[in-house]
Amino acid sequence: MLFHSILFYVFAAIMFGAALGVVFSRNPVHAVMFLVLTFFNAAVLWLMAEAEFLAIVLVLVYVGAVMVLFLFVVMMLDVDVEAAQRGLTRFAPLGIGIALIMVVELIQVIWLRSQISQTSSGFAATPEGYSNTKALGSVLYTEHVYAFEIAAVILLLAIVAAITLTMRKRPGLKVQDISAQVAVRAKDRVRIVKMDAEKKS
Amino acid sequence: MIEFFTEAWNSLPPLVQYLTVTTWKILIVTIGVILIVAFSTYFERKVIGSMQARIGPNRVGPFGLLQPFADVIKLLIKEVIVPSQSSKFLFVIAPLLSLTPALATWAVIPLNDWYVIADINAGLLYVLALTSVGVYGVILAGWATNSKYALLGAMRSAAQIVAYEIAMGFALVGVLMAGGSLNLGAIVEAQAGGVSHWFLLPLLPLFVVYWVSGVAETNRAPFDVAEGESEIVAGFHVEYSGVAFAVFFLAEYANMVLISTLTAIFFLGGWASPFEGWTFLNDIAGLAWLTAGGLHWLFLKMCFFMYTFFWLRATFPRYRYDQIMRLGWKVFIPVTIVWIAVEGVMAWFQIGPWAGLNA
Repeated sequence: MLFHSILFYVFAAIMFGAALGVVFSRNPVHAVMFLVLTFFNAAVLWLMAEAEFLAIVLVLVYVGAVMVLFLFVVMMLDVDVEAAQRGLTRFAPLGIGIALIMVVELIQVIWLRSQISQTSSGFAATPEGYSNTKALGSVLYTEHVYAFEIAAVILLLAIVAAITLTMRKRPGLKVQDISAQVAVRAKDRVRIVKMDAEKKS
Repeated sequence: MIEFFTEAWNSLPPLVQYLTVTTWKILIVTIGVILIVAFSTYFERKVIGSMQARIGPNRVGPFGLLQPFADVIKLLIKEVIVPSQSSKFLFVIAPLLSLTPALATWAVIPLNDWYVIADINAGLLYVLALTSVGVYGVILAGWATNSKYALLGAMRSAAQIVAYEIAMGFALVGVLMAGGSLNLGAIVEAQAGGVSHWFLLPLLPLFVVYWVSGVAETNRAPFDVAEGESEIVAGFHVEYSGVAFAVFFLAEYANMVLISTLTAIFFLGGWASPFEGWTFLNDIAGLAWLTAGGLHWLFLKMCFFMYTFFWLRATFPRYRYDQIMRLGWKVFIPVTIVWIAVEGVMAWFQIGPWAGLNA
């Protein structure tokens, strides 16, 4: 158990440091990389809480897809570092206020509830051969299938909306029609003329 | 003497015993993979050489077999040049970020029926998560170099990798539906019983999608626009030299070996033998290994797919960028979605090899 807590504190400390790095690094790309590190350590902490499905999905979705697109955008932007630095002090009261609200909410969820119920003391030991993924799946596709389907439809709607918003027909754009190109036969394009090499006079 | 060692071993705490055994397992797998990577460069040059009616490497050692080591030593003693306006830390760490996921994925790959470093339940998800992390090495290398060509190469490559990852993930959804598990060992066991039980034929469209997406994912020809020499010099690693370049090279080949092994596991039965059930082979002396499953079958299947990588490279011209995107988004993703639906219907009506698995 000692080994477990050492691991927990090491990863928690790295996560905390990385989160500070997101806020304080001057370069936006470095900030994004710190955020990736934060996500990774959060995934490790979830793994240690035996929530392996959530942990791996966090890496798969946030680190593997969302942050890559983030990095894309940040690399393309020409961020004025000086202006961003001035913003830090200007927005600090607002940021601290939001952080305080979040801390209060977390205390309410974790501490007060455990005071009331008195039942949860750490994580319940899972039985041998228990699969987190399987348990989540069986709940998600039976009990909560309605909410799950609604979430899927909303995501689909978002995809369609994003595509229709960005798609525009530009006049005079040259587009390939690959099936038409493949279907072309030589006789449609080339006229073969049979004639003598030289006319006899 | 032996008693002394067993006694010393048993006196160790279980955690230390576990850590020691796992460390050795990791070392064996990693060194094996790196050796395979080294010799696959030799294999590639020989295969492409013979396809182009050349000899290939034949100077260093017998049949040129020591050529990979000569290359490694040459790259090790070259100077690593760090561009002056680059972001130095990211520039140095980028090659490592592309190599590490390729090696870390081996943790969940079953090499035979008992040798697997971490036999976790969500193995397939772990594979997907780590392959999606590999893109960071490429993007950061392109950005940290502070060069137009490198950034363009990184952009192309990242868009391509993100696009093909989706098709790859969907293809794997089909595999896990057929296998009834996310554990790679269980997926291999679901394919036991010879060629007819492999997922190759029932999931043929998914196999094609997965394999071609794998070629695109590793940025190999004909999908190597990330380093299209004729357009953007060498893409994201244009400013890398010496060891840093060698690590990128190693990462590319390690990814190829990984994709080959994963394709073998998901669609060709992994370490299972194709002749399982041909009991008459057991009676012939010296042929028993044909019916027994094991590492040799996984290795042979992996070699076949590595050969296919080189074959594709020697055969096809490079795709144009918009054609790559069209293939990924408009062809592969619809194909996988249709086949997952077909598979769902078949599983519902209990048709096919996965009947009875969804208990």
